[in-house]
Amino acid sequence: MRIAGKGLIDRDTPVHFRFDGVAHQGFAGDTLASALLAQGVRLMGRSFKYHRPRGVLTAGSEEPNALVTVGQGAHADPNVRATVQEIYDGLEAHPQNAWPSLRYDLLSLNDLAAPFLSAGFYYKTFMWPRAFWEKLYEPVIRRAAGLGALSGQPDPDAYEKAYAFCDLLVIGAGPAGLMAALTAAEAGADVILCDEDTRSGGRLLAEDEEVDGQPGHAWAQALTDRLRAMPNVRVMRRTTVTGVYDQGTYGALERVGQHLPHRASLPRACFWRIVAKRAVLASGAIERPVAFPNNDRPGIMTAGAVRAYLNRWGVAPGRRVVVFGNNDDAHRTARDLVAAGVHVAALVDSRHEAQASDAYPVHAGAVLCNTQGRLGLESVTIRTAKGEERIAADTLAMSGGWNPSLHLTCHMNGRPVWRDDIAAFVPKPDMVPGLIPAGACHGAFSTHACLEEGRAAALRALSELGMTAKDVPLAEAEDAPVSLRPLWQVLGKGRAWLDFQNDVTAKDVALAAQENFCSVEHMKRYTTQGMAPDQGKNSNVAALAVLADATGRSIPETGTTTFRPPYTPVAIAAMGAGAEGKGFAPERKTTSHAATVERGAPMIEAGLWYRPSYFPDPGESHWRQSCDREVRMVRESVGICDVSTLGKIDVQGPDAGRFLDLVYTNMMSTVKPGRVRYGLMLREDGHVMDDGTAARLSEGQYLITTTTAAAGQVMAHLDFVAQGLRPDLDVRLASVTEQWAQFAVAGPQSRALLDGLLDAPLDPEAWPFMACGPVKVMGIAARLFRISFSGEHAYEIAVPARYGDSLFRLLVARAEALGGGPYGMEALNVLRIEKGFITHAEIHGRTTAFDIGMDRMVSAKKDCIGKVMADRPGLKGPEREQLVGLRPVGESKEMTAGAHLFEPGTEPVRVNAQGYVTSVGFSPTLGTMLALGFLRNGRARHGERVKLKDHLRQVETLCEVCDPVFFDPDGGRLRG
Amino acid sequence: MGFSGWRVLREGLSGNRGWTPQWRDPEPKSEYDIVIIGGGGHGLSTAYYLAKEHGLTNVAVLEKGYLGGGNVGRNTTIVRANYFLPGNSEFYSHSLKLWEGLEEDLNYNVMHSQRGLINLFHSDGQRDAFARRGNAMINQGDDAILLDREGVRKHLPYLDFDNLRFPVYGGLLHPRGGTARHDAVAWGYARGADSRGVDLIQNCEVTGIDIENGRVTGVQTTRGPIRAKKVGMVVAGRSSQVAAMAGMRLPIESHVLQAFVTEGLKPVIDHVVSFGMGHFYISQSDKGGLVFGGDLDFYASYAARGNLPMVEHVMEAGMALMPMIGRARVLRSWGGIMDMTPDGSPIIDKTGIDGLYLNCGWCYGGFKAVPGSGFSFAHLIARDEHHAPAARYRLDRFRDGIGLMDEEGTGAQHNLH
Repeated sequence: MRIAGKGLIDRDTPVHFRFDGVAHQGFAGDTLASALLAQGVRLMGRSFKYHRPRGVLTAGSEEPNALVTVGQGAHADPNVRATVQEIYDGLEAHPQNAWPSLRYDLLSLNDLAAPFLSAGFYYKTFMWPRAFWEKLYEPVIRRAAGLGALSGQPDPDAYEKAYAFCDLLVIGAGPAGLMAALTAAEAGADVILCDEDTRSGGRLLAEDEEVDGQPGHAWAQALTDRLRAMPNVRVMRRTTVTGVYDQGTYGALERVGQHLPHRASLPRACFWRIVAKRAVLASGAIERPVAFPNNDRPGIMTAGAVRAYLNRWGVAPGRRVVVFGNNDDAHRTARDLVAAGVHVAALVDSRHEAQASDAYPVHAGAVLCNTQGRLGLESVTIRTAKGEERIAADTLAMSGGWNPSLHLTCHMNGRPVWRDDIAAFVPKPDMVPGLIPAGACHGAFSTHACLEEGRAAALRALSELGMTAKDVPLAEAEDAPVSLRPLWQVLGKGRAWLDFQNDVTAKDVALAAQENFCSVEHMKRYTTQGMAPDQGKNSNVAALAVLADATGRSIPETGTTTFRPPYTPVAIAAMGAGAEGKGFAPERKTTSHAATVERGAPMIEAGLWYRPSYFPDPGESHWRQSCDREVRMVRESVGICDVSTLGKIDVQGPDAGRFLDLVYTNMMSTVKPGRVRYGLMLREDGHVMDDGTAARLSEGQYLITTTTAAAGQVMAHLDFVAQGLRPDLDVRLASVTEQWAQFAVAGPQSRALLDGLLDAPLDPEAWPFMACGPVKVMGIAARLFRISFSGEHAYEIAVPARYGDSLFRLLVARAEALGGGPYGMEALNVLRIEKGFITHAEIHGRTTAFDIGMDRMVSAKKDCIGKVMADRPGLKGPEREQLVGLRPVGESKEMTAGAHLFEPGTEPVRVNAQGYVTSVGFSPTLGTMLALGFLRNGRARHGERVKLKDHLRQVETLCEVCDPVFFDPDGGRLRG
Repeated sequence: MGFSGWRVLREGLSGNRGWTPQWRDPEPKSEYDIVIIGGGGHGLSTAYYLAKEHGLTNVAVLEKGYLGGGNVGRNTTIVRANYFLPGNSEFYSHSLKLWEGLEEDLNYNVMHSQRGLINLFHSDGQRDAFARRGNAMINQGDDAILLDREGVRKHLPYLDFDNLRFPVYGGLLHPRGGTARHDAVAWGYARGADSRGVDLIQNCEVTGIDIENGRVTGVQTTRGPIRAKKVGMVVAGRSSQVAAMAGMRLPIESHVLQAFVTEGLKPVIDHVVSFGMGHFYISQSDKGGLVFGGDLDFYASYAARGNLPMVEHVMEAGMALMPMIGRARVLRSWGGIMDMTPDGSPIIDKTGIDGLYLNCGWCYGGFKAVPGSGFSFAHLIARDEHHAPAARYRLDRFRDGIGLMDEEGTGAQHNLH
């Protein structure tokens, strides 16, 4: 019921929404919970395990009971806290985890079976027969578990990420946070003030209380307006700081569009990374329930929540309220209720010294010991010195004291300390460097103390930052001392809930202790207390107090579990914003991409690059037809292939040669200007890292190439060597991969093709195999390399990337005139297999120079990275699997990469495995399938037969072991 | 007293008052035949198999915190045997076989669920590498099925097949792969070891290792000195620090690995799915939370927590692969310390000190190894000889280069494994 004249809602702006299929009306400023309570709806959810009927417990983000699904279809948002969800016109909320309906939930049968479903019962059963676990038990358990459901469809909404930097981040805009922000802002600091709520004020919004002679919420609003007007302050509402990370980094989630009707243009949420020089934590405190039998019925709330609904939303949660507490907040609640005209049936105070009142009966030294009402509270049973008494009530407001929201201070693995005077954990100083707790999260509960601590925290931050503070006066506010006697549980018949969400009762905690799960971590893990969506915000301290009691230890001896980010759950879509589909990784395209796509070539991923698989000709319907044609084309006339994706590193300086001698196994300092040398690079552990070429462009300049796959790794490695290992060498490195477009011109007609293209014809004498030098194409300075990855007479020509597209088109046109054309990755792969050239299929990180037959390339005249480690006995010798060629010689001609090799006649099992196949292709040149692979002692076994076995694809092929160079073994075509 | 459905019913009827401690909390004795340092999964399983397989029960497990509080208590619960290099193949195959009888053996429901694991691949080259792996798994006697794109779609229709940056070419399905309830594994072994007479001593930190004339004689602890004929170190995450007490310098770097769990949701992901191009893997727990993780944070650290760059990268990978999880909310993220070795494979070996044994270097794959590791380590300690499936996990393989097991092919850069 609404109470006339009360609350911060806008009664001129009605809002229409639906819950559980029923139309409701609330007002702007309402949450789903406040609007439903105003309509008299108490039943909002079902609990996780026993499917107990539940209503709201709290008025904040810690809500454990009132979880609903908002929206439908792909927009369905499960596990939304009704206490946080603002209503908007058209909002549709649905109950979850209940079947067939919220009122009649079949799985509430679990509640009857509760004696058999005690903590950890599932570890003791469901073991027989074994096959039933996957087939029966687990599927049933899985279906029963879980809360809301994902739609199974891609999230259609937009999310964003953003970054911010400031001098001072203030977390929480209650009295402490506002005061801290004002103090820092007045001193000229860049301030960010975040609060998870829709408006600032914190508890002031929920209390009937004055600050500086005006209502607390009005004071907060005025101060916020003042801060907002300052250029050095950013006020972020609906923004929860979720985690603390190293070096002053904070994660924060801003709810941008979740409180509004769906608009495609508006992101639902934005995940912020905020880097702050200092931060003030002013996150307040959370009221704790008391564990007494059946304390979980709809209508039972924390006292602070009752005051919040009353004062902020103008909602009386019921007509007859019983208040139960162990501290003065219980009395404050009763006073507020009476002032608003709500009947308070009783105030039950566990303290014997509780003050009497004229306005309502006070039961001092009494406790709640039971409640009644199936779908909502109907009455409570209290236990006084005189015995038990039942009191009719539809609402119970309970207060067990307050737990400081110190979570963020513990995100760097620090542990809080216990304060007996307030019966609560508080943060120790400096648990997070630069994060200063202030106010209720620090155990200072009066408004005056919050203001004072907020100001002091800001002053400390300013002083540490070397900024001069201005005098900021404190506002007048209440300064009541904390008066509380700890009360964690009331023993009695029936279950007393600690963790409402996961249905963990005091009995479960006692059972854990009985079974010697006495460590607080054991108790948590065994009972699942604190593992629900509220992460124990409502239950942790009470549960460990019950555990302490059961194990005869004090609360500080018992200790807390580990606090972990995020403070409140964050949607994966928010933290992963922008990565859907193609957004996940950059797309690198070569300069020939457009021309290649125009020709209908299917593009495939090569790392981050896209490269053409093959170039289909009209009439070709299978990739093999195109591939075979392209291979023949290169072998017979000329082919063009974009090789720009290979890494290119410009190495310059007087010591460039010495530097390359260190990183390559072979000698690079002796390469003459105008010449290229093939090179092999080892990792420090002696295995092959990469291969490529080093072209000496001039005395002090080399251009080295890497494979496409290892370009980044090699660049990082060279940088490490230059900066870390040999800073004494005068050498500079620059990755120029994207600066140059480079094309292979391969085949017997390659020189003919180039001759008409280059500004001057090539002098065969000056351009032997492995020559390089500057040339000009239509006046454009280009680089030419006579190198070959196809085994043919071939060149690679490089021009500045801006000319790449034109040059590619020109090269292809000229090639076609000569009977050639472009070729793709498939043909490139076949060409290199025919020649036994390796790629990362072979140098996969476990092979050595010895394995690939290149140990002679490890120069004996000098040291190089990896040389010593490559000399370890296990890295060479006949036990090693060595690179070989394989060709089919039996009936089956099928070969597959990934197959394993066995001696013919042996069982294809691990102990008989002799090697494996790395690369396979059909050679149109030789008219047969060919493969490269590794075989134990393979170089000594040429001519032997082995069995290729692929279990996965049911292939078994008898092969002959041969030299990996299948075609033109002496390289006449290459050099000619 | 054994656990069973009948017992749960019977105790339920009598108010659950009959349940007894699942293990004792004994005071440490002054001397044991064998002291195991570390009451995590591997230490507890070692103690269990020492008692069960070798009849050695004068054994203590010393744990500085609470039992199962190491990485067995904060992993992503995946159990698999999909390795392809000799050494790993036979070891993990053996471990998986132990898993398959674990509930019966321990009389504890560890919820081992063989729901199937799918490793996706995104290029021809990756398919070839996974084919090699799958064939090696079958060579070993385990199971593997090579799925093409349509085969993957049948199992995982919710992947973004149309727009994914790295299109799905197919996947390697390991039907016997799956998950287990991680804490229960530690508790089951603890209960089994305790019931056979092993002393499990919590809150007992080892502060020194006593060595006389090249032979271990005992340990110093926060609860006093304890003499022992043999000492096993099983302290993944802290291996270098504990081994340093014996004067050893291990080839291990300690790195942070983060993992994540969402709020509970109705069943939506049935398998374990691994997305190599994004360093992302995910499964859904029986409670309903999506459990997922990614790569190391890359810097060496002993702090059991990570930072946002990797957090966001993991979420991005998830959104790229299966955008239907976007509205699932991350409930908790955590970090654990990984013992990273130069080849990404573990060490189970003697040390240069008589009676001192080493079990470490599990990188981020230690959970599935818990049964096999304990079994093999117990064998080594009890008999002073290597158990065949773990015989290749020698400490000095990095010195001689023989039998390196570098599944990732990234070499001695610990954080790349």
